Amino acid sequence: MYAIIVGGGKVGLNLTRELLGKGQEVTLIEQLRPRYLAIEEELEHVVQYGDATELWVLERAGIQRADLVIAVTGDDEDNILICQIAREKYLVERIIARVNNPRNRRYFELLGVEPAVSATDLILRLIEHEVPEYGLVHLLDLPGEQLEIIELEVGAGSPAAGSSVAAIAMPEGSLLISVLREDGGFVPRGDTLIEAGDQVMICLDPGLESRVTPLFNGSR
Amino acid sequence: MSFILIVGAGRVGSSVARSMLAEGHEVSVLDEDPLSHERLDAGQATTWEDAGGRFTIGQALEREALVEAGIEQADVFIASTDGDNTNLTIAQIAQRMFEVPHVLVRVMDPLRAEWYAAQGLRTICPTRYAILEFERELRSIADEAVA
Repeated sequence: MYAIIVGGGKVGLNLTRELLGKGQEVTLIEQLRPRYLAIEEELEHVVQYGDATELWVLERAGIQRADLVIAVTGDDEDNILICQIAREKYLVERIIARVNNPRNRRYFELLGVEPAVSATDLILRLIEHEVPEYGLVHLLDLPGEQLEIIELEVGAGSPAAGSSVAAIAMPEGSLLISVLREDGGFVPRGDTLIEAGDQVMICLDPGLESRVTPLFNGSR
Repeated sequence: MSFILIVGAGRVGSSVARSMLAEGHEVSVLDEDPLSHERLDAGQATTWEDAGGRFTIGQALEREALVEAGIEQADVFIASTDGDNTNLTIAQIAQRMFEVPHVLVRVMDPLRAEWYAAQGLRTICPTRYAILEFERELRSIADEAVA
């Protein structure tokens, strides 16, 4: 696999190191000369100097044969444009863009630049994961496949608490795939009893969220 | 009469803004720098607002700023900030999110201007004009030398 990473800040540089460590072929593009020179001392020919929104810079890096382009500069417009050009002009199969300002996420989506990763959103999800009082946690969204995996805490007095998995009236298109209890996680069977305080993971069609969550929400 | 929204009032944007206002169009300007408002006023008998122009301070990517500047009513959208990537991004937002009928975008890089033009954006590339002008002048100098 050949990956081009744009933006040699902390994110880009560490991603480059990680991928190199896994034996992948990587080129990192950095547009600030002093930053480029500092990185070049460590990574030598792996890093190239230039503005990756310029087509010739991308072509010099070999974008025609790239399998993956990752744009992680500190500028959302640059990240959008780089990924848009990579996908639409050079037909790069996979792109990943960094969202610096979460308010710009809708523009990434509007211009077809997905997945778009925002550190703010990721941290927010981690907080939600650590603090289950927030209720529902999105663990994975696969919009293309019309699937998502969510995590819920089973509330005391909820329909699910004390019930077997088979007896919970889960709508068609949703499946309870794992249970996290104090002593660890496991994949439940039909006769597994769900207890209040369990964290359950559910795989479902995104449209079913509002029908699934009431089954697990207690009288909080 | 059209309603023209100009985002980015540097030398090009402000000049186009003034001439379009003088020709009787409704013109709204959005720029993040208050200095560009002074540029609109400079050397004029009346202030930009007194002449009938609109001015909004805000960033080009802020939806609220675009709406305040009137993007929902605009017949023409001009992206003329000093950044190619900003221009290309907001031009596509104007086209796809707000469905502005006419979108013009300034792109300094000839290669990107050409490619986005092929994708259906009306790009204007000042660099291209400069190159053509230089080439034309140099050819006429060469012709004179031969004659």
